[in-house]
Amino acid sequence: MSHYAPDAKYQEMAPGGIIPQAGNAVEYNTGTWRLQKPYRRDEDCIDCLFCWVYCPDVACWTNGDPEKPSVKGMQFDMEHCKGCGICAQVCPKKCIDMLPEGAE
Amino acid sequence: MPETKPMEGNHAVAEAMRQINPDVMAAYPITPSTEIVQTFSSFVANGLVDTNFVVVESEHSAMSACTAAAVAGGRVMNATSSQGLALMWEILYITASLRAPVILTVVNRALSGNINIHCDHSDSYGARDTGWLQIFGENVQEGYDNLIQAVRIGEALDVRLPVMNCLDGFLVSHSYELLQVEDDQAVKDFVGPYQAVNPLLDLSNPISVGPLDLWDYYFEHKRSQLDAYGPAKEAIIEVGKEFGKTFGREYGLFEEFMLEDAEYAVIALGSAAGTAKDAVEALRADGMKAGLLKLRAYRPFPAVEIAAALKGKKAVAIFDRAASYGADSFPLFSEVTSGLYTAGQLIPAVNILYGLGGREIIPDQIISVFRTLPSVAATGQPVDPVQYVGVRE
Repeated sequence: MSHYAPDAKYQEMAPGGIIPQAGNAVEYNTGTWRLQKPYRRDEDCIDCLFCWVYCPDVACWTNGDPEKPSVKGMQFDMEHCKGCGICAQVCPKKCIDMLPEGAE
Repeated sequence: MPETKPMEGNHAVAEAMRQINPDVMAAYPITPSTEIVQTFSSFVANGLVDTNFVVVESEHSAMSACTAAAVAGGRVMNATSSQGLALMWEILYITASLRAPVILTVVNRALSGNINIHCDHSDSYGARDTGWLQIFGENVQEGYDNLIQAVRIGEALDVRLPVMNCLDGFLVSHSYELLQVEDDQAVKDFVGPYQAVNPLLDLSNPISVGPLDLWDYYFEHKRSQLDAYGPAKEAIIEVGKEFGKTFGREYGLFEEFMLEDAEYAVIALGSAAGTAKDAVEALRADGMKAGLLKLRAYRPFPAVEIAAALKGKKAVAIFDRAASYGADSFPLFSEVTSGLYTAGQLIPAVNILYGLGGREIIPDQIISVFRTLPSVAATGQPVDPVQYVGVRE
């Protein structure tokens, strides 16, 4: 188990409220907080990767290629994107739109 | 070799800090605790300690840096007073919640307003619910001894809580008394090397500190923290005993002064407890069975132990050096009487508010309070227990 069970008792908690198991934020769904969702228009994207750099939730996916990283066609991790809109704000081509949550 | 020499309270604390040689001190000066930081910074500058001394721009920053350094894995100390402690408020809760055993010497001074630099306990009392342990000393020697013990108490593996070493501003901090300074190596051996638990700088075992904690786990974390205060009580007793064996001065949760066979008792903490000892001795010579309970540990509060020590007393006077505005009575009274009620001992008790803002208290005033206790015992619990000593009215 990489995180506490939902019914974990207080006796099972690590002292100090720390999370002793590193890297489990991926298992915590914060995508439910979102009011707006980002959508990238790939035809205008120049792969500057600003959206990837600035995303506070590491919710901006790339193709994972260290030689030629690209965000085109990857869109966003909707389980962790909180809809903050920073990616849209920093995009030099203004090709990320913030759409109302629930829009197609 | 241990030696006895005249020393001021603040210098005694700085001397203990030099012997303990903490990893980090992040401090901001404020009267009357300034000398501790100032003296210690000269130790740093002269290479007498290895401490990383962090100069900060406020007490809020000071406690933030101290908490962070402790979480990172260091032994951390600091000193402050009054408004300085008040400015640390937000972080005090976090230090305790993170179970970071920071040691803070609080040289007690009245809170504004009006602005006042002299002693009362409003600063420490105000921080009583933050989760820090609070140990009050009566004199210079206890300021020195308590700091050394605080390290062991706060760092005990089943405790891991920050500790305030409280001593009275000016009355102790700026008074010269004969101090038994223990041998450097003996102090170092007593406190031992620092043992970090889950340090943030342990890169091979990464952890998250202070994450968002909502309705799902926060209550469990707080409940878990509450379990540390029982062991803290045990640690205070155990470390106090070991200190006695090592250095010849034993400590406990409180000191009983002619209390066992006393019919009438005063409860006080800080330097006023020393004044009360003179009063008790004078009354004993005069035939009254007077006694004193000098409280040392205010947090964790030894309610059960106090009730046991007061069993059979005819009446008690509980001395508070800080008000609680809007309350029926003041903090120490409320907590002692709550403990008596729980123990089923309804001893008539009065609450004496004294000494605010450094107003002096002398043995004759305490003797006068003792003289009223037989009539309190005869008439039973007064509806309004509060009395004021030393205020012009």
